[in-house]
Amino acid sequence: MTGPVRLGVVFLCHNELDVAASMVRVWHDGGAAVAIHVDSRANEVNYQTMRQSLADLTDIVWVDRRRCEWGMFSMVGATQAAATALLDRFEDVTHVLVASGSCLPLRPVAELCDYLRRHPRVDFIESVSAQDVGWTMGGPNIERFERYFPVSWRKRRRLFDWLVEMQRKLRIRRTMPRGLVPHLGSQWWCLTRQTLDAILHDQRRSEFDRFFRYCWIPDESYFQTLARRHSTRIESRSLTLSKFDFQGRPYTFYGDHADMLSLSRCFVARKIWPGARELLSRFPEDLGAEGQRDEPDPGRIDRLIAATVARRTLGRPGLYMQSRFPLKDRENGKTAGPYALLQGFTDLFPDFEAWLQARVDADVHGHLFARESVEFAGRPRIGPGAISTHPESRDYDPYGFLTSLIRITDRMQVFQYGPRDLQALNWFMVTDPNATIRVITGAWVVPLMHSDMPFDDVRHIAARLQRTELSQLKVLRSVWVKADVEIWELSDFVARPAATLQRVVRDLTPGTWPLYDQYPQLRDLDQLGRFLQRLRNAGLQPRLMGDFPATRSEQEWNV
Amino acid sequence: MKPVKLRLKSVPKDAILCFVTQRNERIRLPYFLDYYRRAGVGHFLFVDNDSDDGSGEYLAGQPDVSLWRTTTSYKAARFGMDWLNWLLFRYGTGHWCLTVDPDEFLVYPHCDTRPLQALVDWMDNSGVKSFPAMLLDVYPEGRIGDQPYHEGQNPMEIARYFDAANYMIHKNGRHGNLWIQGGPRARAFFGRNPELAPALNKVPLIRWERQYAYISSTHMALPRTLNLVYDENGGERISGVLLHAKFLSTFITKSSEEMERGEHYANSQEYRAYNAVLHNDMVLHTPESRLYEDWRQLQDLGLISQGNWP
Repeated sequence: MTGPVRLGVVFLCHNELDVAASMVRVWHDGGAAVAIHVDSRANEVNYQTMRQSLADLTDIVWVDRRRCEWGMFSMVGATQAAATALLDRFEDVTHVLVASGSCLPLRPVAELCDYLRRHPRVDFIESVSAQDVGWTMGGPNIERFERYFPVSWRKRRRLFDWLVEMQRKLRIRRTMPRGLVPHLGSQWWCLTRQTLDAILHDQRRSEFDRFFRYCWIPDESYFQTLARRHSTRIESRSLTLSKFDFQGRPYTFYGDHADMLSLSRCFVARKIWPGARELLSRFPEDLGAEGQRDEPDPGRIDRLIAATVARRTLGRPGLYMQSRFPLKDRENGKTAGPYALLQGFTDLFPDFEAWLQARVDADVHGHLFARESVEFAGRPRIGPGAISTHPESRDYDPYGFLTSLIRITDRMQVFQYGPRDLQALNWFMVTDPNATIRVITGAWVVPLMHSDMPFDDVRHIAARLQRTELSQLKVLRSVWVKADVEIWELSDFVARPAATLQRVVRDLTPGTWPLYDQYPQLRDLDQLGRFLQRLRNAGLQPRLMGDFPATRSEQEWNV
Repeated sequence: MKPVKLRLKSVPKDAILCFVTQRNERIRLPYFLDYYRRAGVGHFLFVDNDSDDGSGEYLAGQPDVSLWRTTTSYKAARFGMDWLNWLLFRYGTGHWCLTVDPDEFLVYPHCDTRPLQALVDWMDNSGVKSFPAMLLDVYPEGRIGDQPYHEGQNPMEIARYFDAANYMIHKNGRHGNLWIQGGPRARAFFGRNPELAPALNKVPLIRWERQYAYISSTHMALPRTLNLVYDENGGERISGVLLHAKFLSTFITKSSEEMERGEHYANSQEYRAYNAVLHNDMVLHTPESRLYEDWRQLQDLGLISQGNWP
């Protein structure tokens, strides 16, 4: 059957009646018959103004006003009344579409009619089985049919929740009327006259209506379920583009979405912000003959919405700001990108920073967490992103310091670290998969050996640094480690420094395999064994350096 | 506080109201009013704190301004908040209320294409009751006195730079708000004692109810749910900034005056710090400063977020 198509529109509105009136005019001028239901809560003066402004239209019918409560059966009632009026009054209507005052026809009504003509006897109604999870956003699925929902969720939230809870406890379960399989879907459907007629004049309609009266949000289930009973062919999708957020609230479109909406080639979009004059004046948009047979393809809008949902629910990793301040372990990414912490290298190689900078694609900083300064690469007066170089500012919010630095810079951040530095971030970094941590334990002793401080002071400092590094190692060896950690003892490292350095460089810049051209100048370690022995003799047990022989010759006894 | 000129009778029930205290800001007012009129503010409620530069007369002559005047102490009125809380209580209920200073310019997601009304409609529909907008200090490239500001000019033509990533955040357990410090003032004047740096967090736009109140300027409000504008599970909520165009040529005379009056927060400590530096001609610009472009740039930098508003 490819006879003429006449569209009828069930038009539901409750506010912004002036915008609604212009929408009615758009439908009507496109050749549709319109049955208008205005919520009885709408202002009477505005209602009369709307009626007057539409008085010149011939093919509209005003439906008796009733009170519509969101999520209650009155919404279905209004739709039923309007659909009945439409079918009774206009015998040539072949399809009925549900629209509201915030539904904007994007394409000429004639194109929609043509589309329906090319798909004869098809009911465009999203209808998803409630037994299979997944259609609803932020609400129950099958439970919508299994409990009684006599009160409004919007207005009497606590009573609503209490009733649901009580029914769960008392195990009250309703049974579906015989022969119905619960289905859910968008209430913005387009049914053929035959299907709609069959639903409205079903012999068991009063039984079905009684059942759905106490379901939750029956406008998303009544027609979707009954269409399954009567339709010969269901195309389970809506011709109205409508997107919901993670809490089930519909997204609104604005003037700046105009191009995207136009490209989507959808027939109708909702919701439209009533103040978006650009949309109201641009649409419906006729792209001429070649656009006439386009299939709807809301891909770009889907991506926009997916990005929005991701931003609202997951957020950008490593971002801490005024409207995103995640609790510990709920960060969805503690930092925005990879970074590396190198411990002990600068103690062994005085020129390590410059050497490494020439070999990796990364910003190589000095000791960012040094107690008395913040050693950004190149030692600028102000750091990347205008981060202060005052250690007091860094220590005031060390998490912010590190995460901001990583987020604001383009390359990987590499910095030197050690037990002399601020230790506040140890747990944070160790539990962060973005961190690469390379540690030479006990290397801090080398600068001490070369210092000309009195030995008594050296011993005290060594004890403190060893304590610090031991507690750091406890963290590094815990079961909560998420970072990429490698640890060498000083003696192991100095046994084969070149190979280890090569590996460190390779791990920081994958793909590069530097020849070991020359590794940086290593500090003189000849006296290390004897120095460690002196510490032992002073009562301190060095535990982190590995084995260095205490004596190698007779002369060393005199050091 | 005495009313000078009241025009509130004609204000529609859904108008967005803007609450301001000002003192001797005559030169800034024309652009300020223009900026917020264009954004969609329906009516301004000004408290004039004893101005003598003609700003009172200028405001009284504006068709969408209601004006009150006071000669009492700014400090004794808890930095003007007592006056504004009273006006908010009396006139703000049921409206979306924006409380700003004459040198603060609200930037919110989509502000280049969508009026403020679109934002507040969306917040109404989403059940959002308050909108956070931290202060983002903007400053000129050279010494702050080099380019004189003239009346009616967009201050952001001169003060075009800002700090991108040096903000320090702490959570305030008592009132639930985030305490944000940083920006050029913190790094230039409070590097060694950052805890004294001025607070930047603000909640300037609230759908007002009678039981609400601001405490400590617009940094915090009561009840504390108004301060819970941030997500703690990793997601992003919506936020904007107040571009803070304090550092113009007008600032030099202003800050000496303010320090002498001693009418500001914490014994005008902030102004003392400025003055110590001012003798050497204050330059806030650094090689790391960013040139301000638009709200999308701020979002990319992570200073603001669209949240759930596509």
